[in-house]
Amino acid sequence: MHLKYESQLREPLVNGRKTYHDVTEEIIRPIEAKPGKLWYVGFYIAVALLLFGVYSVYRDVTYGIGQWNLNKTVGWGWDITNFVWWVGIGHAGTLISAILLLFRQGWRTGVNRAAEAMTIFAVMCAGQFPIFHMGRVWLAFFIMPYPNTRGPVWVNFNSPLLWDVFAISTYFTVSVLFWYSGLIPDMATVRDRAKTKLRKLLYGIAAFGWTGSTKHWQRIESLSLVLAGLATPLVLSVHTIVSTDFATSVIPGWHTTIFPPYFVAGAVFSGFAMTQSLLLVVRKVYHLEDYITIGHIEAMNKIIVLTGSIVGVAYLTELFMGWYSQSKYEGYTFWYSRANLFSPYGWSYWGMMTCNVLTPQIFWLRKARRNLFITFFISVLVNVGMWFERFVIIVTSIYRDYLPSSWSVYYSPTIWEIGFYLGTFGLFFTCFFLFSKYAPVIAVHEIKYVLKTTGESYKNEMGALEREPVEEFAHEYAH
Amino acid sequence: MAKKKFVVGCFDNEEVLFPAVKKVRTAGYKIRDVYTPFPVHGLDHALGLRETSLHTAGFIYGITGTATALGGISWILTYDWPLNIGGKPHFALPAWIPITFELTVLFAAVGMVYTFCYLCQLAPFVKKHHFHPRATDDLFVMVIECTDKTNVEDLKGFLSSNGAIEVNEQIAEEGWWWGRYDKDDEKTLEKEIVAA
Repeated sequence: MHLKYESQLREPLVNGRKTYHDVTEEIIRPIEAKPGKLWYVGFYIAVALLLFGVYSVYRDVTYGIGQWNLNKTVGWGWDITNFVWWVGIGHAGTLISAILLLFRQGWRTGVNRAAEAMTIFAVMCAGQFPIFHMGRVWLAFFIMPYPNTRGPVWVNFNSPLLWDVFAISTYFTVSVLFWYSGLIPDMATVRDRAKTKLRKLLYGIAAFGWTGSTKHWQRIESLSLVLAGLATPLVLSVHTIVSTDFATSVIPGWHTTIFPPYFVAGAVFSGFAMTQSLLLVVRKVYHLEDYITIGHIEAMNKIIVLTGSIVGVAYLTELFMGWYSQSKYEGYTFWYSRANLFSPYGWSYWGMMTCNVLTPQIFWLRKARRNLFITFFISVLVNVGMWFERFVIIVTSIYRDYLPSSWSVYYSPTIWEIGFYLGTFGLFFTCFFLFSKYAPVIAVHEIKYVLKTTGESYKNEMGALEREPVEEFAHEYAH
Repeated sequence: MAKKKFVVGCFDNEEVLFPAVKKVRTAGYKIRDVYTPFPVHGLDHALGLRETSLHTAGFIYGITGTATALGGISWILTYDWPLNIGGKPHFALPAWIPITFELTVLFAAVGMVYTFCYLCQLAPFVKKHHFHPRATDDLFVMVIECTDKTNVEDLKGFLSSNGAIEVNEQIAEEGWWWGRYDKDDEKTLEKEIVAA
């Protein structure tokens, strides 16, 4: 009886000759072993950055956001740039786990767990910026609608900034639920292998008493399918709503209808780049090359070149519209403030163009897509480029107001603005280091599920099935 | 709760498990459950489990969210706090779509996960009887409930001949329960392992 069949032409997703036990063993071993020196070095650097960030935020709360160099026209600077950047990075996790689940892309199984964790940590980082941008952060709960003694004064449900509150908090909640419901069976695997009492206790708590009952698997599969169905429009809505923060205003450079698809493509683009950077390190450090194969990396590079090109088309469309609309202000923003290399912020526009549009084109070459060094280098460049993109959108649109008398002085961040940004890096990597140490970075049960279809050693046996008469095969396959 | 005797058969290959499930069921034994390390598609049908209706619950939670958002915002912006925003209509439905959508998703997701945990009795600190520690690693563990009439030795032989690599007998509490794991149970647990 053949339960599973996949064409031999498809590249195997799990390399080597593996049994189910090998899969458990290899993925869970790093959790059970003591972390290496590199882990400690990385972790302490991350914690140091986090502490610097905490101090920067402490100053911001104590002295107010006058600590930052925001001025009369540049009211949104590094903070909102970083907010949009981090939210964008978060998108790849949901894209991999939800959209690729709906599209039945088998390769998601190797990378989804880490990408989902990345999503959650990135959204945590993103959330800090608007919250501390409020200035009086102790009143941050005013953004939640609830009956209150101030009137009651309600929030404005027609405002994109409030949509953002709902979108980001829903996105965070749903991502955590999706991630953790997939993590429960793997936590049970770790629990059942645990040797010490403490590990048994802690992983026992984390595993929620999971047994692996058939009925439970049936329910969890239904749950993850529906959550994927919900998360797919959700992830599109989140960055769409972030883009409406800009697009519903009447500022030249923000007031465009292509923002939602353009932002979503950019978010996926930067998210995949960040996933690449992280996974290239993780697979090396934890020796997971058999599970995160070159094939996985190539698949992600294809998405990077696709979304990067979509973003490129959006940039060119904006430039075209800047001229075609014949609006003085649009033209000035796009052709002077941005595209002119010698304008004050021209460097950021061309940095963005180089990193986002030009360099990823190398991924049209199969050799480049399958080269780890090129992939890592480009993935870092893409994230730099996507940061520039948000900076370009925000700062170049507002640093010169309609009248020259209200042009602001050159905006550059203070050390505390930079410190806040570095601090979120610290938060992100502290969380990621802890996650990779205490939870399986690859979904163990999902790998086992695809093992006999896509495992290298099992694939070789598919050849016999291919030579079978069609009727017989169809009969067997249809149960 | 009443204690029951179970015969446990462990398989290491799902392709052996499927025919075994069929045979055990045809022979008239009652399979309590099969514990697997990953979702084995078709096993639920082979065991005669009905489809889960968790997605229906999800739908109901979802429309509750939609109704909450639309009802809440309409009440707030048209009745409780009709704010004049640039002379635009108070009932500004298109502007409410994003939040309505987000709350639909939020309610559906949170509600479904809670329902899932409730139905499967999953929560921190819940402990259950595990028939085999390798059920979360690489074994497919079939658990058959014994009645007074069951001939345990026959059943064990039957499982072994159908490909079980490990067969044993365990006494556990029937059904799942909240919070309590019988420490005494573990001491009195009869567990004899018969090599296949």
